[in-house]
Amino acid sequence: MNVELINIHKWFGPVHANDGITLRIPSGVIQGLLGENGAGKSTLMKILSGFYQADEGEIRLDGKPVKIESPADAIRHGVGMLHQDPLDFPPMRVVDNLLIGHRGGLFPNRAEAIRAMQDLQARFGFNIDPYAYVDSLTVGERQQLEIMRLLWLGARVLILDEPTTGISANQKEKLFATLRALAEQGMTVIFVSHKLEEVEELCHRVAVLRQGKLVGEVEPPYRTEDLVKLMFGKVVLPEDKTHFDSKESLFRLENLSIEDYRLQIRNVNLTVHRGEVIGLAGMEGSGQRQFLQACAGIIRPVAGEIYLGEKRLTGRPYREFLEAGITYVPAARLEEGLIPGLTLTEHFVLAEPQNGFVVNRQKAEVLTTQRIADFSIKGVPSSTVESLSGGNQQRALLAMLRQPLSVILLEHPTRGLDIESTIWIWGKLKERCRQGTAIIFTSADLEEILHYSDRILVFFGGKVSQPIEATKTSVEELGQLIGGKGF
Amino acid sequence: MVRTSSRWTNFVFQLLAIVLALAFTSLVMVLAKANPLEAYRNIVVGSLGSINKFSDVLVAWVPLLLATSGLLVTYTAGLWNIGVEGQITLGAIFTTWALRVLQDSTLSPGLIIVIGFLSGALGGMLWASVVAFLRIYGGVNEIFGGLGMNFVATALTIWLIFGPWKRPGIGSMSGTEPFKETLWLPTFAGLRISPWSLVIGIIGIAVIYILLQGTYFGLKLKAVGRNRRAAFLLGIPTTQYMWAAFLLCGLFAGLAGAVQVLGVYHRLIPSISSGYGFLGMLVAMLINYQPAWAAPVAMFFAALNIGSIQLPIVMKLDSTLSGVLQGALVLAVLLMDGVRQRLLRRR
Ligand SMILES: Nc1ncnc2c1ncn2[C@@H]1O[C@H](COP(=O)(O)OP(=O)(O)OP(=O)(O)O)[C@@H](O)[C@H]1O
Ligand SMILES: [Mg+2]
Repeated sequence: MNVELINIHKWFGPVHANDGITLRIPSGVIQGLLGENGAGKSTLMKILSGFYQADEGEIRLDGKPVKIESPADAIRHGVGMLHQDPLDFPPMRVVDNLLIGHRGGLFPNRAEAIRAMQDLQARFGFNIDPYAYVDSLTVGERQQLEIMRLLWLGARVLILDEPTTGISANQKEKLFATLRALAEQGMTVIFVSHKLEEVEELCHRVAVLRQGKLVGEVEPPYRTEDLVKLMFGKVVLPEDKTHFDSKESLFRLENLSIEDYRLQIRNVNLTVHRGEVIGLAGMEGSGQRQFLQACAGIIRPVAGEIYLGEKRLTGRPYREFLEAGITYVPAARLEEGLIPGLTLTEHFVLAEPQNGFVVNRQKAEVLTTQRIADFSIKGVPSSTVESLSGGNQQRALLAMLRQPLSVILLEHPTRGLDIESTIWIWGKLKERCRQGTAIIFTSADLEEILHYSDRILVFFGGKVSQPIEATKTSVEELGQLIGGKGF
Repeated sequence: MVRTSSRWTNFVFQLLAIVLALAFTSLVMVLAKANPLEAYRNIVVGSLGSINKFSDVLVAWVPLLLATSGLLVTYTAGLWNIGVEGQITLGAIFTTWALRVLQDSTLSPGLIIVIGFLSGALGGMLWASVVAFLRIYGGVNEIFGGLGMNFVATALTIWLIFGPWKRPGIGSMSGTEPFKETLWLPTFAGLRISPWSLVIGIIGIAVIYILLQGTYFGLKLKAVGRNRRAAFLLGIPTTQYMWAAFLLCGLFAGLAGAVQVLGVYHRLIPSISSGYGFLGMLVAMLINYQPAWAAPVAMFFAALNIGSIQLPIVMKLDSTLSGVLQGALVLAVLLMDGVRQRLLRRR
């Protein structure tokens, strides 16, 4: 389907999120959409998919002006969007989630839905149990589910807002292959991402947004420097590797075993040093999340010991871990990390230790203004978190970390951040390392793991490798390991 | 600029909602072959026509305000405490119980009244804790738990009135034997409203206002209500906060029940809660859970209730008309809010 966005404007209060954007996308094309955090990409896509209405401008599908008033309307026109933060209905089964929004008789046909789902799964190489509960899926699997749902609902324009953030390299390859196949069949694909190499690899053409304006359209062959310059208006250079590993023992796991209904992690032994960064590599759902949550005291290991310094934390309640200075930052921002409806100020008040009985609003406001400046969050103290762009939500989440901390456990800390922000956030995190904090983090980006870690643990189906020195391995080797080689 | 315009549109939409509700109620009256203007005039006269009438409005206002205050707390925690009716009833039962036990003792009447209030609060909390327990440990939705406990509370009242606490001779729907006058809350001379009830109602809503708007407790409760998982990860003991919300609401409901016994009926009657629990839910919805609006809107609803008492006598209209108007008002406001959001989004 031919998609035309003509002179689209959108204001949020004083913020001009989309400023006269005109973009024409022919059928069968994979269109890339680039831009720094808060550039207006999600807003533009939400307008196309009926989530927001443009203040000005026109949308044409196959040359026909259309008014898209709601997401249901959009899907009726054949426009389906995969959101940056998966918007599904957690406490239900996968197949029922699939049936939502499906036009059919009075009685949903589960058998048919399951058959369709199995077909799509086979095509994509996905592997989701139709009877699993959605809230038991990883972020990556939820995205897979959402893609299948949209295709099943008959989408002919597929919008993917940072779809690769949650999925493994392997899954990503399958996804790309599918998107290419879909494009060949005439499907229009819009691909929003921060990862330049992905965009370069996949997209037939790329549009770049900056501060709400369309600042350029590029066709292959792409030059990365040009794209970066268009996105940020300047050249961005990666910083040098820094290491603050003190070799002084801080956090110790002894024969730690973790079980949940999907996988078992057995006998992990690890001593983390002050100032050290440990990267956890592996496909989504290989046990990294459970491992982090066990380290944070959120799930209880079935065996083994956890020590912070000399303090034995095994089996202690989560609150004691927190008080000991161990903090967990989840990947699902709006589901686990932030509280929709609450303002930035309220978040920072909650994140700080309670001081008295009455909240000192003035002090809180000052603190928030400070943090907003420190972390360059695009927002004001009274912004509710859901009004921030994805990248700014992530900044807010990291800005909520208390000072000082012993161990920070991060799940995908830079998911959804643009290159500049990623570099900058790691600067902040390394600052913590300099002060002696240890960091354990997961990432789907092996380059990131290799660049920032001192040592790396590879996860495969609940099995955990011995710690690997980051200097003694490579992206290629890690790629093979997370695929299960050597386990 | 953006803000003022949106405040104005808000106001316009609220005005529209009131007009809509009045129009709907008028239509109902026309269908019932009554003159709406006449009815509204009667309601105004019946509630504000004299100092006596207005004091009756205040008599209804206090328990309604207390119930609303409690509900603001559970709502903030993301809980629909529909069991508030039963909690009011249990408050009344416990107060009656305390008075029955102590009325012939040597304690001073003032002390007995205080003990009456305390046991009323206790009764409300007890009933709320059953719902809380079912919800927190049994996973039973508080709406079902509350509904069940409301039925049990009604049954318990009837059983007490016709069984163990029946009047000498034979039990009747008019309730238990009235307490002696020394155990009545003292009222303003010649009026039915007691200054003590007023004080309790006003202090109650003030406490809730401060608690929800200004304290860590209120903010954490809000976090629990909006996103329990994130609140937990932030280190908020979510289970304790849910308990606190239920218990606090039970306490306020219990106090409402105590006021009904000590300040209004001076005995236990079958429908001692007078529906103030459900009405409180309407008020809470209408004010969109903003504590600052609880007092005036509860006053308005109380005035409607009292004002329509005269309708059956004067106009042969049923006094439930006030209920029609109250219900229509809430629905109209919710409707208009939906319309406003749709329109604003589209712009
Ligand atoms: N619902 C909203 N209310 C208020 N402001 C909003 C809302 N949604 C977006 N904005 C603002 O509009 C701007 C563009 O946001 P948008 O989400 O489109 O950015 P983005 O390009 O998708 O960024 P990211 O890469 O971080 O996801 C931001 O400044 C954001 O704060
Ligand atoms: Mg976005």
